[in-house]
Amino acid sequence: MKIAIASGKGGTGKTTLSTNLASYLAETNKVVLTDLDVEEPNSGLFLKSELIYSEDKYKMIPQWKESDCTLCGICQEACNYHAVIQIMDSIMVFPELCHSCYACSELCPTNALPMIPKKMGELKHYKTEQFHFVEARLSIGEEQAVPLIKQTLKYIDSNYGNDYLKIYDSPPGTSCPVIEATKEADFVILITEPTPFGLNDVILAIETMQELHKDFGIVINRYGIGNNDIVNYCHNNNIPILAKIPNDKEIAILYSKGELLYNSIPAVKAELEKIAQYISALSANYLPTQIPKNN
Amino acid sequence: MKEIVVISGKGGTGKTSITASLAVLGGKEVVVADCDVDAADMHILLQPENLKSEDFYSGELAVLDQNLCTQCGNCFDVCRFDAISVNNGIHQVVDLSCEGCGYCARVCPVDAIKNIPLNVGKWHIANTRFKQPMVHAKLGIGADNSGKLVAHVKNIAKEIADQYNRKYVLVDGSPGVGCPVVSSLSGAHFVILVTEPTVSGLHDLKRVYELVAKFNLRAGCIINKSDLNTSKSKEIMQFFKHKNIIHLADLPYDEAFTHAMTNCKTIVEEDDSAIKTILEQVWERVKTEVRNKN
Amino acid sequence: MKIAFTTKGSQWDSKMDPRFGRTEYFLIYDETADTLTAVNNKDTENEAHGAGPKAAQRLAEQKAKILITGNGPGGNAATVLQKLGVDCYINAGDMSVKEAYEAFKAGQLKKL
Repeated sequence: MKIAIASGKGGTGKTTLSTNLASYLAETNKVVLTDLDVEEPNSGLFLKSELIYSEDKYKMIPQWKESDCTLCGICQEACNYHAVIQIMDSIMVFPELCHSCYACSELCPTNALPMIPKKMGELKHYKTEQFHFVEARLSIGEEQAVPLIKQTLKYIDSNYGNDYLKIYDSPPGTSCPVIEATKEADFVILITEPTPFGLNDVILAIETMQELHKDFGIVINRYGIGNNDIVNYCHNNNIPILAKIPNDKEIAILYSKGELLYNSIPAVKAELEKIAQYISALSANYLPTQIPKNN
Repeated sequence: MKEIVVISGKGGTGKTSITASLAVLGGKEVVVADCDVDAADMHILLQPENLKSEDFYSGELAVLDQNLCTQCGNCFDVCRFDAISVNNGIHQVVDLSCEGCGYCARVCPVDAIKNIPLNVGKWHIANTRFKQPMVHAKLGIGADNSGKLVAHVKNIAKEIADQYNRKYVLVDGSPGVGCPVVSSLSGAHFVILVTEPTVSGLHDLKRVYELVAKFNLRAGCIINKSDLNTSKSKEIMQFFKHKNIIHLADLPYDEAFTHAMTNCKTIVEEDDSAIKTILEQVWERVKTEVRNKN
Repeated sequence: MKIAFTTKGSQWDSKMDPRFGRTEYFLIYDETADTLTAVNNKDTENEAHGAGPKAAQRLAEQKAKILITGNGPGGNAATVLQKLGVDCYINAGDMSVKEAYEAFKAGQLKKL
């Protein structure tokens, strides 16, 4: 079963929930946690783990072969991203701007722009005492998160079968990388704070999940601060609230040190157990296809 | 007119709350530009009254005309993004997967595919409850923020500032390290980095600072929730000292921030708040720094 | 020698534009012929991404050897300018074109 953890905005506790939930579930399940927030992967900072495998990840970009080029200009005209431009009598390629669409390469009449692999990031596979953890990290300057997310999902699918609970720490926001990271998930957990900012951002995330026809539930972080608007919103719209992690300065302090919470704070453990039960009820009915939301 | 940009790298550090507070302190000297369009929350605190809205287009999207299509499959063959689906022999564009590269349109033998500008959302000119001009934007689902949108929001804000003689454009910058944050920083006179003393706060701050350095920008920093982890705060301070970044202020961990936000207010509107005094000093310092440039 | 400025207008007293990729104009001063030519760059505003390389390409056509600008070009544009052998002078974003030229002549601008 695949569970994605997402949020409308950054800094609401997405990584905290991912790492704690993965650890907690791993006490009774086979678990693999994947950090898909490839621009800023932070889960690893919170886990004590041993690196067992790593590989560079590549995207395909065109490479100019000066000897075969007639400077006809078709390539720069074909590129919608200005990743290939002609400067005086040479062709320059900007790898970070390239989307790997192959248009310049395949439309070149003299095959002067063959596609070659270019490193766009790294995938690292770690083992903690209880579970497996995979993180992908985009190289600085790279702008295309989606291809790296796709390749990372493929790595997980080919290495872990249906007997694993797969947890994905998704990128924040509602743009393409989030959609890619949650597209294949059986269930999405949206985490938010009970504040006007949190409500505004989680509504955007909810609309995105509805558009993708995802089954999802809400976890409220820092419950007790702010107001009750998010609880009311969920009730009025029949959205399940899976757990309420209390507002507690002690939690913020543990987080700042990069430590897991539930062993020190029983209230967090109790809330994780609620999520675990919800997931186990879901997986009892789980078919390895997408479950449409019933309403 | 001087442009002051606030960025943080990581979410949840209090960047927007602090930017909104500085906007309130700046009063009528300020035009506000919200470039954090992925999580545009500043309007919650400043409650702007909308004056003007326009659609915004960024990037392109392939559109297939079934009346012309011969279902030859050329488009399907060249698309690297799985953005052409085939159902019962009928080819269609999957909008959310299309990256607008235009390759399909080029290989279509009957010109059944056109690339059209992609509507990604709206931008607005508004008037905050402090009677300041504010420019902000809202993206649609699955739409990516772009350098273009950020540049557009900033340009409108700067035009307004010139027209109405406002001294400062205060920009709530985009998150991350990609094109939008590059565009947020481009043209800035001063950068305020907001961070928190957590392992991820420092980690992300270092990544975003590389961009600030690349643009040769002068920067100052606010460490929010500084007392959460004093050893991490010290580590951040060391980093700043080393990089010649002005240490503007430490703000204590204080739920008053959230309480103010819950009432849709900024913290500087709360009476007898210690944070208010600190932020007033920050704003004065930033103004001095901007004036003394070069 | 030809000197390029990133500007908001086409005159000596126009303001400099601190940006490179999305600058409104390139103003080209030909020292030998003593002519000032404005090249409109406003259409890069329509580029979602890749404004830097496009602007650099436009500048290449002008064959300027010196660029005077505000914050300095981003990574991609810098690569092109380096290849073209254009020297970049920065921190002139708040000046008029005339002031920027004088500051350059007086050796007051920082070279990248």
